[in-house]
Amino acid sequence: MSDDPLISSNIEEYLRRHEHKELLRFVAVGSVDDGKSTLIGRLLHDTHGIYEDQLSAVKRASKQGTDEIDFSLFTDGLKAEREQGITIDVAYRYFSTETRKFIIADTPGHVQYTRNMATGASTADLAIILIDARLGVLQQSRRHAFIASLLGIRHLCVCVNKMDLVGFDEDTYDAICIELGRFVERLGFGGVVFIPVSALEGDNVVSRSPRAPWYQGPTLLEHLESASLAPVPGSAFRYPVQTVIRPNLDYRAFAGQIAAGAIAPGDEVMVLPSRQRSRVVAIDTFEGELEKAHAPMSVSLRLADEIDISRGDMLVLPDQLPTVGRRFEAMLVWMGERALDPERSYFLKHTTQYVRAEVEHVAHTIDLETLQPAPATHLELNDIGRVVVSCHRPLYFDAYAQSRATGAFVLIDSITNNTVAAGMIVAAGGHESERERGGPSGRPRSSVSRAERHERLGQSGAAIWLSGLPASGKSSVAFALERVLFDRGKVATVMDPNDDVTGELGPGGSSPTHAPELARRLADAGLIGIYAFESPLASDRAQIRERVGPARYFEVHLATPLEVCRTRDTHGTYDRAHGTPPFEPPASPDLVVSAEHDDPDSIAEQIAGALAQRGLI
Amino acid sequence: MQQLAGARTLTHLQRLEAESIHIIREVAAEFDNPVMLYSIGKDSSVMVHLAQKAFHPGPLPFPLLHVDTTWKFRAMIEFRDRFCQEHGFDLRVHTNPHGLAENINPFDHGSQKYTTVMKTQALLQALAAGGYDAAFGGARRDEERSRAKERIYSFRDRHGQWDPKNQRPELWNLYNAKITKGESIRAFPLSNWTELDVWLYVHLEKIPIVPLYFAAERPVVERDGALIMVDDDRMRLRPGEQPRLERVRFRTLGCYPLSGAIRSSATTLPEIIREMLLTKQSERQGRLIDFDEEGSMETKKREGYF
Repeated sequence: MSDDPLISSNIEEYLRRHEHKELLRFVAVGSVDDGKSTLIGRLLHDTHGIYEDQLSAVKRASKQGTDEIDFSLFTDGLKAEREQGITIDVAYRYFSTETRKFIIADTPGHVQYTRNMATGASTADLAIILIDARLGVLQQSRRHAFIASLLGIRHLCVCVNKMDLVGFDEDTYDAICIELGRFVERLGFGGVVFIPVSALEGDNVVSRSPRAPWYQGPTLLEHLESASLAPVPGSAFRYPVQTVIRPNLDYRAFAGQIAAGAIAPGDEVMVLPSRQRSRVVAIDTFEGELEKAHAPMSVSLRLADEIDISRGDMLVLPDQLPTVGRRFEAMLVWMGERALDPERSYFLKHTTQYVRAEVEHVAHTIDLETLQPAPATHLELNDIGRVVVSCHRPLYFDAYAQSRATGAFVLIDSITNNTVAAGMIVAAGGHESERERGGPSGRPRSSVSRAERHERLGQSGAAIWLSGLPASGKSSVAFALERVLFDRGKVATVMDPNDDVTGELGPGGSSPTHAPELARRLADAGLIGIYAFESPLASDRAQIRERVGPARYFEVHLATPLEVCRTRDTHGTYDRAHGTPPFEPPASPDLVVSAEHDDPDSIAEQIAGALAQRGLI
Repeated sequence: MQQLAGARTLTHLQRLEAESIHIIREVAAEFDNPVMLYSIGKDSSVMVHLAQKAFHPGPLPFPLLHVDTTWKFRAMIEFRDRFCQEHGFDLRVHTNPHGLAENINPFDHGSQKYTTVMKTQALLQALAAGGYDAAFGGARRDEERSRAKERIYSFRDRHGQWDPKNQRPELWNLYNAKITKGESIRAFPLSNWTELDVWLYVHLEKIPIVPLYFAAERPVVERDGALIMVDDDRMRLRPGEQPRLERVRFRTLGCYPLSGAIRSSATTLPEIIREMLLTKQSERQGRLIDFDEEGSMETKKREGYF
């Protein structure tokens, strides 16, 4: 694993050195064609990060008939992927030198690269992008650099690979540096370094290449060992509380990992959301109290006052407050197989709390070919877009560019529980939405989404409209249907013409003028409304269908023969009409039944069967 | 770990420790009924040590669970009982009663069948019986190829099974703890530690480990290229096999008939670490269950093994 002579000569000294290494996390991006896997394999191999039995397994699996090691095989993972010959997920690899331990997030270049690269990049301090020297700067290279900057990576390292295949030509290398350099300049990296390498032959990866004497910069490993890890100076203190440690009545401390900044005993802190103030009495650890603590240490804080603090609260310094708000603009990387649905509410996890949230508005997506904003109304798998997010409770956040830990969030599908998006907060607010202002009338509106109602009730709302001649049996069937649906565990209610309030008829004995809005609201509330109003006009029923939406509208025609209706009439409707009351039979009802021979209960069963077939119950 | 005076950045072990403590606290806070798998090995020792740090000065807010195959080294069981008693841990021990009744053992049934019944099934039984919705495991991503893509929160369906194609994206330190009743999460706080990190940490923190890691004279037989310790009289000797005393130690600990020893004279931690660094053989080589078939760890994990 290592050929450091200290191991044999002075193991204690070796341990002392290795116990004081730093940790650098980096993401390596590029496709197999760029030689990314070969580069990682080379790094692992040349730093002795590969064990002998792994090496022999890879030698066995390398193409038969050659002595060459296929370095890319070191980074392969799951059996299914090996069989398919592609990498479809982020793999983590480890190696170490005397000064640093490295965690590599190895992200695939072809399939689903946006989702995987975002995942790997989220924890990385540095990104390595590979460019094939023969092909020059491709759109893919710009895309990778863009995603690296989007995820807030500070250091960009561009390896211009396969230099051996262009004869280590300095002009080729320079042209690539100038072209990509111009592009990444505006992406805001802390530092950008270009290195000419040959991953296959090892030039400038671990050892300096004699074949590129014109290159004066560091080798890749030298750069990885020296890239700055110092925290951004002046970061505001952010401390999301994970849990309260209270072993007995005399001890109470708030456990967490410092997300940003530093803290010392005596500092005044403010608790969000309560805005109560207190003072840090002690920073406790297993080893004892600390004089100072900074990100990313895991500690426990004891405060001077008995304040009610629980998981999800955040401790900050009173003069360095984060933004507190329910709405913000963010960049989203969509990772779910199902597209973003503004109608649905998601779980949002930010620091140590979950809140319900909706994506109110998609401002634009990023066209990954041009890297320019493009108009959009929703996001699909691997899309990146700018959105407005609205939460049901306030969050305490910073812009992601200022503070990664308090500017990042994930969205979780509230039905499948899958993580469906990664979010980076850009700024508070955004344009005022209808929900924030209230509806057009200025009143507050419901924050319960359709999906939540569906989840709770196990049904989507619907309007079951019964049409037929007067006395064709609408009311009896309606109440029988209500019973049947209730017995099937559904929530339904009857709107009956004999009810003075809901049944107030419109002009000419038609259904009430408020019927369309009534039907829509009940359906929106997730309820199944059963309507037994007289609705002689086809145009009235069309209006209902239109307002509720065809998918939630179900029309049953009670085609009870006229003579039967006339004999059953107890309201005198037929007498008053001096013949046949007006009725326009529906042209294409969802179901036709007759109360001539069937009783209301069996008709109700027929209707319920048809509703189930349509997927409405 | 003692903070270096004036240090601006943390050492790699401090960063790993801070991350692990964060993970352990998240799981304890987010799940109703977590449990920590305790296998008695060095990784478990480190994980329990980190958990003690996470809730200091309070007790662990979850029990430890040991799946006892009844074939563990005696020294492991002694260590387990003393360790848990000293620290007042709530230790739960489970053995598969059906396997016990049928006397499933590594000699008659082969390592694969035996492992399935006495480890994987036993684990699933214990998790179901305890109603645990989260279980900590001490696995590391550097242990084996199929683990390189494992999540820190690894999702298991209601049968405790793992589907590599159906794992959730995991970003930053925002772990997704949302599950439906019956489903569970296996949490791996040591995901980003390597074997060297674990040893360095054991050394630095003076964490007690089972004496079997240190070289001593032990009765062994050489079988199929591995040195197997004769830990008790249940060991079935093949014709011609004669136990002999050799100076050996173990790089990983499990069931004694399935754990290969290495010849060694390392009796201190630095010597162990030196030996590990100079031995270019990866860790699981001494553990026989991986060699049943290509990709076998992945198969076991799908079934519910850690």
